[in-house]
Amino acid sequence: MAAPQQQKLKVNGPVAVTANRLSDGAVVWRTAEGNWSTALADAAVVTTAPEAIALLEGAHKRDTDAVGAYVAPVVFGEDGSKLPGNLRERIRVNGVTFTLPGSATPASTLPAA
Amino acid sequence: MYVYDEFDRAFLAERVADFRDQVERRLSGALSEDEFKPLRLMNGVYLQLHAYMLRIAIPYGTLSSDQLRRMAHVARVYDRGYGHFTTRQNIQFNWIKLEDLPQAMADLAEVGVHGIQTSGNCIRNVTTDQWAGATPEEFDDPRIWAEILRQYSTFHPEFTYLPRKFKIAITAAPKDRAATKVHDVGLRLHRNEEGELGFEVLVGGGLGRTPFVGKSIRPFLPVRHVLSYIEAIMRVYNQFGRRDNIYKARIKILVHEIGAEAFAEAVEAEWANIRDGALKLTDEIIDDIRARFLYPDFAALEAEPAELKAALEDPRFATWYRNSVHKHKVPGYSIVTISLKPVGAPPGDATADQMDVVADLADAYAFHEIRVGHEQNLCLPNVATKDLPELWRQLDAAELATPNVNHISDIIACPGLDYCALANARAIPVAQEISKRFADLDRSRGIGRLHVNISGCINACGHHHVGHIGILGVEKNGQEFYQITLGGRADEHAQLGTLLGPAVSYDQVPGLIEDIVDAYLELRSSPKELFIDTVHRLGVEPFKERVYATH
Ligand code: HEM
Ligand code: SF4
Repeated sequence: MAAPQQQKLKVNGPVAVTANRLSDGAVVWRTAEGNWSTALADAAVVTTAPEAIALLEGAHKRDTDAVGAYVAPVVFGEDGSKLPGNLRERIRVNGVTFTLPGSATPASTLPAA
Repeated sequence: MYVYDEFDRAFLAERVADFRDQVERRLSGALSEDEFKPLRLMNGVYLQLHAYMLRIAIPYGTLSSDQLRRMAHVARVYDRGYGHFTTRQNIQFNWIKLEDLPQAMADLAEVGVHGIQTSGNCIRNVTTDQWAGATPEEFDDPRIWAEILRQYSTFHPEFTYLPRKFKIAITAAPKDRAATKVHDVGLRLHRNEEGELGFEVLVGGGLGRTPFVGKSIRPFLPVRHVLSYIEAIMRVYNQFGRRDNIYKARIKILVHEIGAEAFAEAVEAEWANIRDGALKLTDEIIDDIRARFLYPDFAALEAEPAELKAALEDPRFATWYRNSVHKHKVPGYSIVTISLKPVGAPPGDATADQMDVVADLADAYAFHEIRVGHEQNLCLPNVATKDLPELWRQLDAAELATPNVNHISDIIACPGLDYCALANARAIPVAQEISKRFADLDRSRGIGRLHVNISGCINACGHHHVGHIGILGVEKNGQEFYQITLGGRADEHAQLGTLLGPAVSYDQVPGLIEDIVDAYLELRSSPKELFIDTVHRLGVEPFKERVYATH
């Protein structure tokens, strides 16, 4: 079921469809083949509203893989790689921006906005 | 400590079994997400940015060492080795897999802990003073009344589908540590001239997008009427509360729209019909609940033991003692606050190892009991004063003895954009940066009591409206910006903060806070005048002039 705001979706720039994996909540991206991947690199990136809506509709057909699908902005790096298009998506992709308590792993380093 | 009866245990086991079944049906596709979501929320399970979050209630902030150890176990086995204590006497685990949730809940249920009443439009976990039962200031142990309300609200069918969530807090001391004035219902226990116990009843407080300080609708309600009176409030709310608009559905909007007087009249009229009915508490019921709270077997100890006097020679111990130890009602005992705000760390987080240390220390020195307060710190309510030096050494070794309680680095912060799907901006890294700027604890002691509260969006989970300095994350053209308010407070003189000026960017916040503090140091009438009193004396203008001049 597409949320109302998605029906009058405005797309200005590259976007992808993202959601959370049902089993563990992990961030996943909709691929061109109609699957989900945890790698943004695998995401289908589109630039028009009808294409984005088609991706969303595909995503909503089955709700046992991923939930809460929505359209998120994507930008391209200098080498053409797909990067998250805003801070929220950067945090979803790279993880929290500080070191987790008791963790030896440093915080993700956010690329400058 | 409260002794649960078998009925509670059986009820919890049943709820876990139900949830296990619901998760299985969800994973197999038999339940859709729309069907499952309200079910998971009823059990305290949220979906955040990158994972599920489990919220567990800590009724009236009281935990046994076994319960805390079990939380450490859940953090270690199903999560990433830590938990987050919140402002409403809950703990949140941020990374549990849906598949693992039923087992995590089953493990917690074994020690009587659960996520019921932590989410959804029900009466939420009733909160109270973390010093309950221990502080000499109180008129009675507020947990008895919190427990009476908990039992009544958990099993009340009508209260599962209220117009909106409903939060009750109780204080039994004149000094309000439970933020009762910013709850849907605040109950303030005191004695009248005849020496009878009763509650002042406040309604319509709350934070969120439309904050209000609660209004007193009854100065004295004899304690035996507390359930019938709450029932009357709930009936009026249920009848007139707005279900059409989620932003207008809280009781505070109703109280604001019809006025506290009209609301009080409606409640009194409703109450007149039921006050002497089935909900009137008999002495028997009250005594039965009271008897389930077991108090430590306090010994007759010296109020100022030699061990303490010797340890006070050590300036580090002395600093911690002055900051984190409070007077107990029994001579020879003390209340100890455990800061979960080490400089530069996420506020309110504790690692599984730290939870184990605290549980062990509670066993060794504090009659197996731990408390959680709304400022996201822990507390050992009953420690023999002679044991303080040894307790401190062990807390210090586990990084749990930062002497910054009630100081500027004792920050309340919500999860913000690092975790929360509703956020506009980050809160935790802002708190970390501010606390690093004030890492010099001598300096922060010189500043005195100062509460900084940070929320990542208008929902106000970080209590920014009632921070002496409040910081609210907003979004402007895709960038994080922050509005600063001054002069809010959550205590018995609760007040909402006043906006200082235009929002500033993420990078500017720590500097701005330093400037505000510098302005205070310049403006205060004497080192005895607290930040909050200077703001109230002068208003925000002199701060604004000084602070924005430099930005
Ligand atoms: C997944 C994370 C969370 C979500 C989705 C969430 C959601 C919300 C929402 C929507 C409100 C506004 C309710 C209203 O005005 O009707 C709210 C209020 C509140 N939340 Fe949270 N919250 C989260 C985490 C937390 C945490 C970690 C804390 C404690 C640190 C917290 C404590 C509160 C408090 C104290 C309020 C008070 C405002 C009030 O009800 O008057 N929440 N929350
Ligand atoms: S205040 Fe906003 S950002 Fe912070 S936890 Fe609550 S809903 Fe999330």
